[in-house]
Amino acid sequence: MTFFSEIGRYCLMFKGMFSKPENRKVYWKEFMRQCADIGVGAIGIVAIISVFMGAVSTLQTAYQLVSPLIPLSTIAQVVRDTVILEFAPTLVCIVLAGVVGSKIASELGNMRISEQIDALEIMGINSKTYLILPKIIAALLVIPILVIIATALGIFGGRMAGSMIGIISGYTFDHGLLDGFLPYNVFFALSKAYTFAFIISSISCFYGYYVQGGSLEIGKASTKAVVVSCILILLADYMLAALLL
Amino acid sequence: MIETKNIIKGFDERIVINDVSTVLKAGRCNLIIGASGSGKTVLMKCMVGLFEPDKGEILYNGKNFTNMNRNERTEIRKEIGMLFQGSALFDSLTVEQNILFPLNMFTALNYKEKQKRVNEVLDRVNLKETNNKFPAELSGGMKKRVGIARAIVLNPKYLFCDEPNSGLDPQTSLVIDQLIKEITLEHNITTIVNTHDMNSVMEIGDFIIYMHQGKKEWEGTNKEIIYSKNKLLNEFIFASEFLKDAKEKRMLEGNLAN
Ligand SMILES: Nc1ncnc2c1ncn2[C@@H]1O[C@H](COP(=O)(O)OP(=O)(O)OP(=O)(O)O)[C@@H](O)[C@H]1O
Ligand SMILES: [Mg+2]
Repeated sequence: MTFFSEIGRYCLMFKGMFSKPENRKVYWKEFMRQCADIGVGAIGIVAIISVFMGAVSTLQTAYQLVSPLIPLSTIAQVVRDTVILEFAPTLVCIVLAGVVGSKIASELGNMRISEQIDALEIMGINSKTYLILPKIIAALLVIPILVIIATALGIFGGRMAGSMIGIISGYTFDHGLLDGFLPYNVFFALSKAYTFAFIISSISCFYGYYVQGGSLEIGKASTKAVVVSCILILLADYMLAALLL
Repeated sequence: MIETKNIIKGFDERIVINDVSTVLKAGRCNLIIGASGSGKTVLMKCMVGLFEPDKGEILYNGKNFTNMNRNERTEIRKEIGMLFQGSALFDSLTVEQNILFPLNMFTALNYKEKQKRVNEVLDRVNLKETNNKFPAELSGGMKKRVGIARAIVLNPKYLFCDEPNSGLDPQTSLVIDQLIKEITLEHNITTIVNTHDMNSVMEIGDFIIYMHQGKKEWEGTNKEIIYSKNKLLNEFIFASEFLKDAKEKRMLEGNLAN
């Protein structure tokens, strides 16, 4: 029962969200602030995990491909495709669910508990439009960019690890990168990034915006936002793979 | 003028506001008093539409607020300023930005005019030189005053204050009460104040509603309140030391219930 009423409320959130901004300039500023928050807040951790995940996948692929019959450049191909298809979009978005999702949920939850959302409503501002819409649009803009950066850094990390340890030279790696490259994979990765960005931002807005009770609930709401986002990301990951590949 | 007609509001079967009807006085300080948990905040939130009453109507100047759509309500809300029990300042904005917020949203003033208005209202609540502080850096009383400043920055017709002086020392309370009273008279605002502070009642209560367990038990002025015959109200007001003299006087006169 609560499950269905939560889904209902989630849908109602969108219904109330699309209204004419009271003042474009203020909304634009809020949108830019959200972009900066999401982007700047997450770029560091995204960079670190991307470089390492690229490096690790080079090492592991090399470890598994021991046969002398397989050319070394295959390592680069495998690393490229795993990074583009799975690691960069999914892993990065799971991390972003933690970083961005919990931040959004606790920010909104705090605004709800301390009556700041009521204060917005009293001023005659549609709090859903003002608080939720800029966050979702900002996430849809910034998260795919983060995923693209993560892809580049991941491949770079793989190349670096390969040449540093002496498994595969930079030249061979570059050669492998271009071998059998499918632009469709990039499209697939971006579809995933957009889907996940929407999941992360809307789910965490939902749990934050509808917090009830005291400050304890804010913590619970942000945990729930992260957990539910992660589960939905993995589900969507599976479904997109089944649909698009 | 604000009028409530037979407001009923419950949460999960439990009735919190039970059939409250009253007409609040325009251009005056209207007080809603009552013990903690008697439903003052809920009644106030029903009046401004943060809670939807289960039954009954709220009228602003004869216009039914209860069944208005969002846009019509927005028009009325632009005339409402509200100070929340916990001040509800935006944490991420400085004092100045908090007060600028409604100005940015709803006016086309230029930067200088806005700045001027911000300093005007901050001056009005005796808070100069705090422009660039964040709410977390302010004391409770300062937050309330910033809350008042933000509420009056657009020159509202209606000012709602939920417990403006709870958690403040008596002196600061008095300052805030005076401030509310002066602002009300200066701009002919209809003010509604929730309080359980008898000092405020005697200071600023032009019209008083006494709530007890969700019911309106009594209404009248601060001149009438100490002579009321309502037993619950007498218990409530004479619980305060402040009115000990009045109580003794009435004991002597022998006309105090109980
Ligand atoms: N959102 C809510 N959900 C459920 N019950 C609520 C809610 N808000 C208030 N109540 C209940 O309504 C009753 C009246 O609460 P209200 O906040 O109006 O009291 P109050 O008179 O403002 O008290 P105080 O002086 O302590 O602020 C309380 O018993 C409270 O439990
Ligand atoms: Mg209250």
